[in-house]
Amino acid sequence: MQRIALLAITLAVAALMGSSLAAPVNYKTPDEVAAFKPGPNLEVVQGNCSACHSSDYVATQPPMKDKRAFWQAEVTKMIKVYGAPIDDADVGKIVDYLAATY
Amino acid sequence: MFDRRDLLKGAGLAAMAATLNSTKALALETVTLPFANGERPLVKYPQKRPMIGLTSRPPQLETPFAVFNDGPITPNNAFFVRYHLSDLPYNLDPDKFTLEVKGKVDKPLKLSLKDIRKMKPTEIVAVAQCSGNSRGFFEPRVAGGQLANGAMGCARWRGVPLKSVLEMAGVQSGAKQVTFNGMDGPVNDKTPDFIKALDIDHASDGEVMLAYGMNGEDLPFLNGFPLRLIVPGYYGTYWVKHLNEITVIDNVYDGFWMKSAYRIPDTPNNAVEPGTAPKATIPINRFTIRSFITSIPDGAKLKAGAVTLRGIAFDGGKGIKEVEVSTDGGKTWVGAKLGKDLGKYAFREWKLPVKLAAGSHELKVRATGNGGETQPDAPRWNPAGYLRNVVETVRVNVA
Repeated sequence: MQRIALLAITLAVAALMGSSLAAPVNYKTPDEVAAFKPGPNLEVVQGNCSACHSSDYVATQPPMKDKRAFWQAEVTKMIKVYGAPIDDADVGKIVDYLAATY
Repeated sequence: MFDRRDLLKGAGLAAMAATLNSTKALALETVTLPFANGERPLVKYPQKRPMIGLTSRPPQLETPFAVFNDGPITPNNAFFVRYHLSDLPYNLDPDKFTLEVKGKVDKPLKLSLKDIRKMKPTEIVAVAQCSGNSRGFFEPRVAGGQLANGAMGCARWRGVPLKSVLEMAGVQSGAKQVTFNGMDGPVNDKTPDFIKALDIDHASDGEVMLAYGMNGEDLPFLNGFPLRLIVPGYYGTYWVKHLNEITVIDNVYDGFWMKSAYRIPDTPNNAVEPGTAPKATIPINRFTIRSFITSIPDGAKLKAGAVTLRGIAFDGGKGIKEVEVSTDGGKTWVGAKLGKDLGKYAFREWKLPVKLAAGSHELKVRATGNGGETQPDAPRWNPAGYLRNVVETVRVNVA
């Protein structure tokens, strides 16, 4: 009798382990540690760029000869292609920051 | 009333949560990839070993290159991760997951994971490689994810042929393409959702697969759990993760990720003069042929004498016919011994014993496919930084 009860519990646990594996994934990424470097208009950059992606997207870009043209093209791409809702008044500030800081 | 089942279930969930939550922001150390601005943190994500962190939101992880010397199958916990958009289905419930098949079909389907797992399974060993793998080596440099050679991997995928699912749904005449959408999406609704398309003949070729298994386990979350598209021989951009929507259409899909992004020059060799723009482009498609030395890193110091060089080769699906190695900077070449053939889409191992005298040497490796195509001596260039397959060089100092 005791044996049967033990077996029943074992089976129940096995079934529950199965169901717990099928629970929602609840995947946790590590905390985001990368941050935009200090620079002019930092808060404008944080407010606009961080909505969609982490700052390492910017920090890992290659060192280009014409930084201003490179970053202008990137910001334009974010607006025109990816629909980033950046105010016209902020575009120049963001490009200034990126060209001066990265 | 006290319910033992809830208690036990709670304990199980807590244990799992503890496993998944155990990772705080861990930058273990940094690695420096061999190009300007190549410093990266080594990061630890759930289900992954320490990986080269490219970006954190969305997560993008590169495989440390030494992993490729461990064998032709890349372990799940070392497999690279690439996302485009930041809204990931971190909380998806596999019990509630459904794959929808719709559009120009006689019988639209909603399949659960159980439904899919009940179908006759198939397996294939195939390389997944990011279109932008090795972009950091482009000269002149180009914008985009600055990867070294670790955005590739080879796994044994298990699932069902897309063909079987399309047959169940009954593709209607006039169908031209099939589109694929996953559960990950944009944060901003003005950003184009990541949707890819294949021609109907390609989608129905019996090789394109809906995979739930990877190297004998479920797909890791970051590699597309619970279901992803496998497009053997094609760049990873088509291998849609968290796949839950398949639509058969009677036109050529013109969404952003097909029409504007992931395009290569429509020229011979799909290259243009460095720094210039192509006049016309086509969607990126099959892998170029590549080979690597995996047993010795660039810049290594070796003792004079005998050493066995090892590595891998792969191509877009013809299979590897020959791998040659040069220890004199490309003046003379010797055929290497090929390892076990795991299929025409897999990494093919190779090895070659060589003798190295004192001095500096340039070791080079060059693969030739069953279709006769081989690797160029000088890199080809395109503005998006795709398709790199120059003959790779490992410089060693022998004393």
